[in-house]
Parts: sequence; C-alpha cells; structure tokens
Amino acid sequence: MGKETTYINLFRNYREVLRQYSAPLMDAKREAAIGLFEKNGFPGPGDEAYRQCQLNGLLEIDYGMNLYRMSAPAHPSKVFRCEVPSLSTKLFFVVNDVYYPDPKPQKLPQGVLLGSINSILRDHAELMAAYYDRLAGQSTDAFAALNTAMAQDGFLLFVPAGVEIEQPLQLIQLFHGEIEQMANRRNLVILEDGASVKLMICDHSMTRNRCLSNQVTEVFVGEKARLEYYELEMTHPYNTRISNTFIDQHDSSSVFVNGITLNNGVTRNNLTLRMLGKHAESQLSGFCLLDQKQFADYHVSVEHVVPDCSSRQLYKYILDDESRGVFAGKVLVHPNAQKTSAYQSNANLCNSTGARMNALPQLEIYADDVKCSHGSATGQIDESALFYMRSRGLSEQESRMMLKFAFVADIIEGIQLIPLRNRIHNLVGKRFRKQMSACAGCDIC
Amino acid sequence: MLLEIKNLHASIGEKEILKGLNLSVKEGEIHAIMGPNGSGKSTLSAVLSGNPAFTVTEGTVRFKGMDLLSMPPEDRSREGLFLSFQYPVEIPGVSMVNFMRTAVNEHRKYRNQEAMNASDFLKLMREKKALVELDNTLTSRSVNEGFSGGEKKRNEIFQMAMLDPILSILDETDSGLDIDALRIVAQGVNKIQTPQKSCIVITHYQRLLDYIVPDKVHVLFDGRIVKSGDFQLAKDLEKQGYDWVKQELKD
Repeated sequence: MGKETTYINLFRNYREVLRQYSAPLMDAKREAAIGLFEKNGFPGPGDEAYRQCQLNGLLEIDYGMNLYRMSAPAHPSKVFRCEVPSLSTKLFFVVNDVYYPDPKPQKLPQGVLLGSINSILRDHAELMAAYYDRLAGQSTDAFAALNTAMAQDGFLLFVPAGVEIEQPLQLIQLFHGEIEQMANRRNLVILEDGASVKLMICDHSMTRNRCLSNQVTEVFVGEKARLEYYELEMTHPYNTRISNTFIDQHDSSSVFVNGITLNNGVTRNNLTLRMLGKHAESQLSGFCLLDQKQFADYHVSVEHVVPDCSSRQLYKYILDDESRGVFAGKVLVHPNAQKTSAYQSNANLCNSTGARMNALPQLEIYADDVKCSHGSATGQIDESALFYMRSRGLSEQESRMMLKFAFVADIIEGIQLIPLRNRIHNLVGKRFRKQMSACAGCDIC
Repeated sequence: MLLEIKNLHASIGEKEILKGLNLSVKEGEIHAIMGPNGSGKSTLSAVLSGNPAFTVTEGTVRFKGMDLLSMPPEDRSREGLFLSFQYPVEIPGVSMVNFMRTAVNEHRKYRNQEAMNASDFLKLMREKKALVELDNTLTSRSVNEGFSGGEKKRNEIFQMAMLDPILSILDETDSGLDIDALRIVAQGVNKIQTPQKSCIVITHYQRLLDYIVPDKVHVLFDGRIVKSGDFQLAKDLEKQGYDWVKQELKD
C-alpha cells in the first residue's frame, strides 16, 4: 500500500482545502471514493483489467497537485495554438486541471451551460445533482475513484432538450509548468433529449516534465440526442494519460466516438458505453500510432442493456520500434437485449520485431436473437504491395509510409467533421514523416 | 546495348529456377519470350525488376551499362525499367491518383526536376488514361482494389504510359483478357512505343504478338533460352506447341 498511502495521506491532510475550493456536489462524493480507493488500491499485477498495463514506476513519482487553485500566468490562448485551427471551433481551455474562463464569452444558445465544472456544479447544484458522479460512482476503477476523491475542476457542458449546437466545440487540455504534476481532470457532458453537439477534446503538453493526467469524463446522451465526440492525444514520451470515459445513451440516440493517439508516452483509455434505450446506435473508432517506447492501452466496453440497439467498434494500431499496444474490446449483451446488432473489429500492424501488441476481443452474449461478430488481426506490412510500389519508383520509406497511412485510412475517412478529417490526415502524414515537432503550439512534441 | 543478361542463375528458396540465362536487348527492339509453364518466364521478370523474394546466385545484368542487380527496385524504375505485373497487387487505402503522383514525382526528383504541379499532373493523367481507355472513376479508387482482371491490366499499361520507361517488361499482360481488351491494351503499348524504346513481351500465346510484333522471339525452357528466332518462331510454336522444341533439345 506504499504508493496509495501517499495519495490517501495527501487527501486527509488537505481535506479542508479540497472542501474550501470545490463545489459541495463534488465534495460530497469524495469520502466514498477515497474509501473505495483505499480498499482496492492501484491495480496490481493480479488485476486482470490492468495485466498488460503496469504503471508502477509512473505512480511513484512525487507529482505536484494544484490544491490551492493557482492559475497560470498567461491565458493559454495567448501561448498555445492548437494544430486544428481551420475547424473554426469554439475553443476552451483546461490547463493542468484549471478551467480558463473565456476572456470574451462566446454566444451560445439559450440554456446551454458551458464552462468550469466546479463553478457550474456550485451554481446549478439542483440540476447537476442527478448527473455528477452517477456513472463514475458505479465504477470500481481505482483511478476513477482517485479522481472523484481529488478532482477540483474541469469542463462541463450542458445542452438542454432540443438544442442543437452547430459549431464544433473544442476543449484543449494542456500541461504547463515547471514541476512534475498530476491533474485530476473532471469533465461532464450532458445532452438532454433531442440535443445535438460535436465536441472535440485535445490533449497537449507544453512542458517536458513528467506529468500524469488522471481524467474522468461522464457523458449523458438523452433520447434522440446526437453526440459526436472526438479525442486526440498529441503529447510526448514524458506524458502519462489515464482516462475513464463513461457514456450512457438513451432511446434512439446516436453516439459517434473517435479517439486518436497520435503522440504520447503512456496512455490508458477506458471507454465504457451503455446502451440503455431502444433503437440507439453507436460507432466507436480510433487508432494509435506508436513508436520508440510508447505505450497505449484501450479498454472499450459496450453494454447492450435493452433490445434493438446497434454498436460498431473499429480500432487500429500501428506499432514501430519497441512500442507496445493493448486493445481489449468487450461487447456485453444482456439477456433481454434481443435484436442487438454488435460488431467489433481490431487490426494491428507490427512493423518491428521489438514492437508488441496484445489484443483481447471479447463477446459476452446472454440473448439468443442477436447479430454479433468480432475480429482481430495483427500482422505486418504486405510485402507484395511494398514491392509493387517500389517497382513504380517509390522509395521503400515512402511506400511503407503510404501503406501505414492506408491502414488507418478507413478510420480517418469515418470522421464526420470534414475539416477535422482533413486536419487529421495532415497530422498523420506529419507523424509518419517524423515532423511532429512542427506542432505550432508546443515546441517539444 | 540496353540490356545485357549473362549467365543468370536465380532461385526462390532452395529451388533454382533460372539456370544460366543469356539475353541481349538493343535500343528499339521488341523481344518476345515464350515458353511452357514453369520454365522461368515470370522469375526472369521478377529478377529484372528486383523482387526481393528471388535470389540471384550467379551471373550479371547490365542495364544502360549499369549493374542492374545492385540497384534497389525503385532505382531500376527511375532509370526507366518498367514491369507490367502478371498479377497486379491490390492496395486498399492508397488512391491511384496519390500513388501515381508520388511515383511520377519520385522519378522527377531522381532526375533533379521539380515536382509536377497538380494541374499539369491531372492533364497528364487524362492524356494517358485515354490511351488505354481507362475508366475515369478507376483512378479515384484505391490501387487495383475491386478492379476486374481486364481493368487491372489496363491499369498496368496506364502506369507504364505515365512513367514513360525505356524498357518495358510485359509479364503475361494478355492473360485473362478478352479479345477487345487485348486489342486495347496492345494498341496502348504500341502508342507508347518509340524507336528508342525497348520491350520484352512475356507470353504463352501468339495472339498478343499479332498486335505487338516482335523483332526477336525466344523460347525459355528449364531456366535457359534454348531457341531464338524471328516472328516465324512464334507462329510455329502456336501451331505445333513446345514439344518439338523439347524434342530438338533431347536430340
């Protein structure tokens, strides 16, 4: 219990500070969460869900936490420019774990709440009580529990019934500062019935210091609501990201999730989606481009609780050098979830003998009238295609790059936001050409 | 001499396929290589284009005076050697346009020329597509993906036209083509051909040679060229099969 004690003591010693700086709704969930964390501890080698993802060394670092809520000297929009500018998004920032209010507030439709989760939970406690920690609170994940115990701020978006936000919203999560830090970022996204939103969350880092982001995002998608949700990680080898995303979706709603790991250090993404209303549909997709000693682990779980829903998963990895990838995709079909249609596909390209991929596709079906399938394949670049391209005068390097590109092309093509699709296209090209340092915002990627 | 092959031995795995092959091709010549199944025709084209699946164990190949065998496949292409594949490879996710633009520009870079701009490139594509009556929609699709047999072969000749090689090797370009497609492909090849350019046509049948008339015809058997002649040899083979050649060899 060595590593855990540090965090538990920190919690106890700063209990009052946490109370003082946070909304009562957040504070009310802390004791139960730290209790769960104390009971379970960080996942060890015997923990099946984290068997391939050993974070030990990274948890022992003496990270600083911004318990007294100091703000960074410059507004992030002044020092940081994301590489996805052509999106003409409405842009918001969380630096470390501090939400930065927009200097000139943007016009949003009536009733939309957007901003610091801490402020909104304080100001709209009655409305938010039904949502905050409702999903994360059911999880036994130690990192989610630690987040609930320690989180002080993050991003919140509430879209009332029937409201559609046309323009994509973009949240930039940044690390910035002189010390090694841990940020317990907490996000909450609520789409009431019939609401519609496109949200993109980008992770960046502007510091070379080792940083750990332990993030929890809870997402509620009401009846007939539509969500497009994009996550893009463009950090660096010193960054650790642990993310727990919980999505509940209701009748006839539609959820599109796309998660891309373009550059990182160690990443663990847990995505848990529950289909709680009939005729809901979901599409989950993403890819990880890994090299050197990078590590990415996606655990995706889709639960069909009611009949007549459809879900699709498509995840791909490209691994070079000594990188490691893990994909665990699970589809769970409850006994009464008849007429479920569920599809899961995972494909991985291992380009070096040092690279390693673990794939764990799983189907657990308790209903008898369903259409479910899954497939997973790990292999190398097609040598005959490589030779064909070289025989036309393309260099081996260029050919390999184009083949890697082609490997993830279907996921890029599946991105519904066209400007983002084009942007990702360029970024992936840069990544393969090892020109990632051209990232205008951070000079260290 | 454009191409000079001397005593070429090549194997795949442990199996020796080419067993001392000699062949010389001058500028402007069209050579046909015929021979029964398994005689080594495709191995010859693979070795000349630099397919890493084959190992050359002995012999030399000089192309434009250079040691061809020491060059990587891409440099062979950039120096003007082109192989029309017997089985063109499907490459899902790589668009024909992107593939060809990259290829053309790599060739230009090799010759210290600037990359071609988009409008010139599209103009060139249009022009060359017309040569083989290649459907417009095919070039916007992934390389060979879902193409019919005939479309794949036309696409090979289209690529040949785009890259403008000095020596083309057509490896059974006629196989799997119906009469009309054969005519279109062969006419495409003839339109590309100039008095300076050479061509090696590998085929089982004479019918392609009715369109692309060879200066020389060779019979490849058991890894060696065992008989050479003019167009008449192709006609004789078509009429009588390979048995008489085999018989001659025994005698």
